[in-house]
Amino acid sequence: MNYISITQNQRKLMLQRVDAASTDELYEVVPESVRLDSVPKVTGGMSEIDLSRQLAELANINVAAHEYTSFAGAGCYDHYSPAFIDHLLRRPEFFTAYTPYQPEVSQGTLQAIYEYQTGICELTGMDVANASMYDGATALVEAAFMALRLTRGKRKVMLVSEALHPEKLETMMTYASSELIDPVFVPVNDELITDSQAFLSLLEEYAGEVAAVLLPYPNFFGIIEDVSPLIIAAKEAGAYVVLDTNPIMLGLLKRPAELGADIVVGEGQPLGSAMSFGGPGLGYFACTQKCVRQLPGRLVGRTTDVDGNRGYVLTMSTREQHIRREKATSNICSNHALNALIAGMYLAAVGSKGLKDIATDCVTKAHYLRNELLTTGLFVSPKSDNVQSFGYEFPLVYTGSLPITLWHDELFERGYLAGVILAEGSLSNEDEGHLDDTADNSAETSLVLFATTEKRTRAEIDEFVQVVKDLG
Amino acid sequence: MDKAAITPEVHSDASYNCSYRGPKETIYELSEVGRSCLEAPASELPNLDLKAIPLLSDYLATDEEGPTLPQVTETDIMRHYTHLASMNFGVDGGMYPLGSCTMKYNPRLNEDAARLPGFASLHPYQPEYSVQGILQIMHELQEDLAEIAGFDATSLQPSAGAHGEYAALMAFRSAHLVRTEGKTARNKVIIPDTAHGTNPASVAMAGYQTVTVPSSSEGLVDLDALRELLDEDVAAFMLTNPNTLGLFEPQIVEINEACHAVGAFTYCDGANLNAILGVARPGDMGFDALHINLHKTFSTPHGGGGPGAGPICVKEELAPFLPGPVVTKFTHGDTGLDLYTLAMPENSIGRVRSFYGNVSVMVRAWTYIRSLGGDGLKDVAHQAVLSANYLRVVLQDHFKVAFDTTCMHEFVLTGAPFKDAHGVRTLDVAKRLLDYGFHPPTIYFPLLVDEAMMIEPTETEPLKDLDAFADAMIAIAREIKETPELLQGAPYTTPVRRLDEAAAVRNPELRWRKD
Repeated sequence: MNYISITQNQRKLMLQRVDAASTDELYEVVPESVRLDSVPKVTGGMSEIDLSRQLAELANINVAAHEYTSFAGAGCYDHYSPAFIDHLLRRPEFFTAYTPYQPEVSQGTLQAIYEYQTGICELTGMDVANASMYDGATALVEAAFMALRLTRGKRKVMLVSEALHPEKLETMMTYASSELIDPVFVPVNDELITDSQAFLSLLEEYAGEVAAVLLPYPNFFGIIEDVSPLIIAAKEAGAYVVLDTNPIMLGLLKRPAELGADIVVGEGQPLGSAMSFGGPGLGYFACTQKCVRQLPGRLVGRTTDVDGNRGYVLTMSTREQHIRREKATSNICSNHALNALIAGMYLAAVGSKGLKDIATDCVTKAHYLRNELLTTGLFVSPKSDNVQSFGYEFPLVYTGSLPITLWHDELFERGYLAGVILAEGSLSNEDEGHLDDTADNSAETSLVLFATTEKRTRAEIDEFVQVVKDLG
Repeated sequence: MDKAAITPEVHSDASYNCSYRGPKETIYELSEVGRSCLEAPASELPNLDLKAIPLLSDYLATDEEGPTLPQVTETDIMRHYTHLASMNFGVDGGMYPLGSCTMKYNPRLNEDAARLPGFASLHPYQPEYSVQGILQIMHELQEDLAEIAGFDATSLQPSAGAHGEYAALMAFRSAHLVRTEGKTARNKVIIPDTAHGTNPASVAMAGYQTVTVPSSSEGLVDLDALRELLDEDVAAFMLTNPNTLGLFEPQIVEINEACHAVGAFTYCDGANLNAILGVARPGDMGFDALHINLHKTFSTPHGGGGPGAGPICVKEELAPFLPGPVVTKFTHGDTGLDLYTLAMPENSIGRVRSFYGNVSVMVRAWTYIRSLGGDGLKDVAHQAVLSANYLRVVLQDHFKVAFDTTCMHEFVLTGAPFKDAHGVRTLDVAKRLLDYGFHPPTIYFPLLVDEAMMIEPTETEPLKDLDAFADAMIAIAREIKETPELLQGAPYTTPVRRLDEAAAVRNPELRWRKD
């Protein structure tokens, strides 16, 4: 099957019209030395029936989330996505369209993105949101580059909390290797939060050089840190404030704008996108009005047509690569528009109350799970006193008898994805990267990050805790 | 203007026959207090008093402080988005001949494949033994893309073409540093004046200076001019081949050799790979790296702007620097089974995003390759090139072809003569095409061609659709001469008419607000 509907006879007619004896003749310009004499060796030419069978077989090798009970998060969450979303997503007018460069026949995409931008502004309290980035990690990096431009390249230092997702930190390191930005990492203390003392002294050490501080809200470990004093100090130091957020928690928490954020980013997968083994999700990106000229990515604005009707266009494109080329605010072209469409639909579906209720439900279940796990006696809090300021994700140290990976595998065998192992054994292992700093370096520690979404039931949690208890 | 005059005479059942619906209020304006769609599940646990939790309580929003989102029902939402969909033009609606975008048909099997729970409902951190099926697909895709393009290794991590460009440039940077034992990553990257805007933008993000080499009068790389620019400060040369004029670079081997002679790497922007599938491979031409737009060449949908995927393929020297993780295959000692694992390449530039890339896009592309096979891929290229040449020949008596020679999968017309003679611009032609039921070609790109119209029909367009498009273009060519004002006012039949883009910039309204 090659989806070509032109017949051999039609091909002959077309060849006559272009005055060629064969299609090979059209490739005469290609040097002989690089012309293939055989086709690429790839498996294919399968019928749809055979291929769909093979797809089902490969899919069945994997263990999908409906076949186990998930307590894993760590940047990708098993939230519920309403049934209607996929029905709308399958409308070819949405998914088979290109970027809306011809606005007269792209009003559907444009208006949907405009509504998505509105939703992200509402969640974050910011003035402007772009039409999406690839993911939360690239959104965070773009925020750093934006701060570099906002400070006219005079400030290169980015104070980056190590309490952000480790893969976001790694992405930041990659983008920093061209030395345009200079990330300075703020360590995590033994409470698994940004070390505020270290933060303040780094702010002082790099006085006049810090373009932005990049802080988590909540952090990778699910903890809502006391970011306000850090934000105040950063602002006094003339740095831009970037908050990395979880969009479900924004249904419950004070909005980043009220805390003084200049730029707000986050991974938007929780807003209705499938986990899909980690991608595609979407990066949301919002900022204050005064930063808008330096915003990366596409932006939809409202205007009117010649008849005075309301309509939408891609706007302020002079920031973008197709116009500004090497001086563009980013190289991004394709973004994650379809995931933004999903997020817009999701926000409409839940409304303010639904989002708050769902967030509350997630948090309530997480706190319940944590208490229940602690009562088994097999876990301790990574910090001496009992940290309660977390959302729907929390870390615990497993102190049971099994090696942590075996413990995790045993539970998976029993139908549970028992969180995400953050560190095992001695944490001095270099391969663990930034996670080195996440816990006590001396102990044989097994740090596990658990999450609960609204999809988990009390029965599931109770059964899980019982199985954990039995396993020891 | 009277209705008869504005309704195109040429109608074809191939043209998009959707009755567009007109402008609509936003979903925020549909909001009515007390309505809802998705609610939280019934509470099973005692209420948790969040306000009693130290610190967290300080960060809780009051109801007044929280977001204001629409209060709508599922019916409202379905009606709303169905209306929005009716204001959009997609590939299923009709011919979408956007040059350099490869708007081919998006097979539905691929859509269903990506949605199989065994692929769509996987957590990125669940145990590797529980995701062997998806890892196998990713590994096979890595191998297949390398085979198709003539390279040694692939990273699937980049999310889009521009992301792939950036990742490859960073790999070049690392490789230069290794070659010179840390002394220099070099500082310049050369691109032709016909390059996509993402090329120079990626160069800048990778910390290099862009140097532009002008094209020859034939619309090709001017090898002498390139040689002038090549020196030991040049880290890389980036080239789209076939280029953005739809022309294959006949001196491609010499171009690559000239760059290699000064120690520069060469990068192929793979946006136009569709033209040469199964015919010639960028790796064999001497390129060191390329990105592939799965959302162009490998039929995955464009999604109204994304998500796509921009995997990069590289030669052996660059393989250790690829972004990761990538999937590697090994044989299990005891059982002899093939197993798959995620690993970082030895000297990886690191991650360029979280997790492993846009996996559901990869599933679609893998499915496409399995459908077509090597012979099918070659057919794709041959038909895409024939269809483009067919349209070029049919239209050449009515429009000026910018570079009048056999083209690859796309060709560029120039509207400059119409601008001078009739005051009709390419933009007007594009807008008038909308009334005829076709999506316009890419316009005003490449920048080299005045009033450019870049037409890429793709292999999946039926002959009668190609003919209907040509008829529409020819009718418009007549209108340009007879009723230019008709074109200047077009479109007339779309959900909205020409939009005031200048006003949108002057007075930005970037979100809905309650008045």
